[in-house]
Amino acid sequence: MSKLYVARNPKVAARSLDGEMMIMSGRDSTLFTLNKTATILWQSADGTTPLDEIVARRICSEFEVEPIEALHDAENLARELASHEILQISEEPIPPRNPVAGESRTGESQ
Amino acid sequence: MPELTTEVERLSLVIEIGGMPVRVHTSDRGFLNMLQDRYAGFVTSADRAGRAEIDFDIELTPTRFVDPEAGVRVTRRQGRWTIERGDFRAEWEPASRTGWIRQSANPYSIDAVLRIVHTLVLARQGGFLLHSASAIRNGKAFLFAGVSEAGKTTISRLAPPDATLLTDEISYVRKQDVRTQDVRKEDAGYVAYGTPFTGELAKLGENVSAPVAALYLLAKGAENRIDPIPPAVAARSLLANLLFFAEDEELVQATFHSAFEFVSRVPVSRLTFVPDARVWELIG
Repeated sequence: MSKLYVARNPKVAARSLDGEMMIMSGRDSTLFTLNKTATILWQSADGTTPLDEIVARRICSEFEVEPIEALHDAENLARELASHEILQISEEPIPPRNPVAGESRTGESQ
Repeated sequence: MPELTTEVERLSLVIEIGGMPVRVHTSDRGFLNMLQDRYAGFVTSADRAGRAEIDFDIELTPTRFVDPEAGVRVTRRQGRWTIERGDFRAEWEPASRTGWIRQSANPYSIDAVLRIVHTLVLARQGGFLLHSASAIRNGKAFLFAGVSEAGKTTISRLAPPDATLLTDEISYVRKQDVRTQDVRKEDAGYVAYGTPFTGELAKLGENVSAPVAALYLLAKGAENRIDPIPPAVAARSLLANLLFFAEDEELVQATFHSAFEFVSRVPVSRLTFVPDARVWELIG
């Protein structure tokens, strides 16, 4: 089974505030609030770490969930975020484009 | 042979909102008079205004049927903004500070163009237009945000005589920087300006400004009270009430971050109120 890589779309604006990750699409100004799992996925989406590794290291360690089930859910979530152009997904590592444009933090470290 | 050309009279006036002078030119005296009435208190003589931030030539077209549901479209291409709705088309080039508006002789089209242009200018400066009423009391500005029916007009109507109404519909918020002695820029906060953009009250705001002291998110309820809200809710609510039209990634990002900057500097609370004047005992 091929690996899946995820990377943050540098064209969205993102802020974490009080534990809530908010993202605005640069394309159509739609505002998204990410849940905890989606936030972990967003924060870990560096384009070079495979999704199964992100799930094993960051999601399974934090939630009581079976790795296979967690990976399945994470893939669905990644595809959904990609459909909104929040994440990019690829079966190859995704080279960094620009610095993560628009991202900065308020009141919380990531 | 006689000359077959006639000189068209070019009439101008300056509409200054939020300290930003916009000069408009038209050849139609009736339209000019209508603008003078519509923007009374915000009109400066074209001669006295000095250099305008933008010069718009207005080309009046015959009135035609317009789809009232037609949405606005704001796009940028090669440094030139195009602003379109069913009832008008406009272009503006920031580099040359010039543009044109093609519309029929009505006050609504140019009003929409002005609102949009101000959002574009403010977005680059950390400011914004907000769906909110605002008023000055004791030298400080208070914003009352909410969607339609949230109570913006009601709270404006209930304002006591010592409050100066800035708007009952769309607040103008500008980020103000000051230069300190060591020439570093330091944020001084936000200033709210009066606007001629009216809601149900149909009363123009006063053309004055004051530092923003608080933003209240309006809610109607059984008693008058102010409750704190989490910063994330404040940011989300502010974003939901911002006026922003541009399909432009750079400005979307700038506006997004401006909202967070604002809630990190200005107290944001929920103001629940019954529709009577005692609510103003909590303000100021």
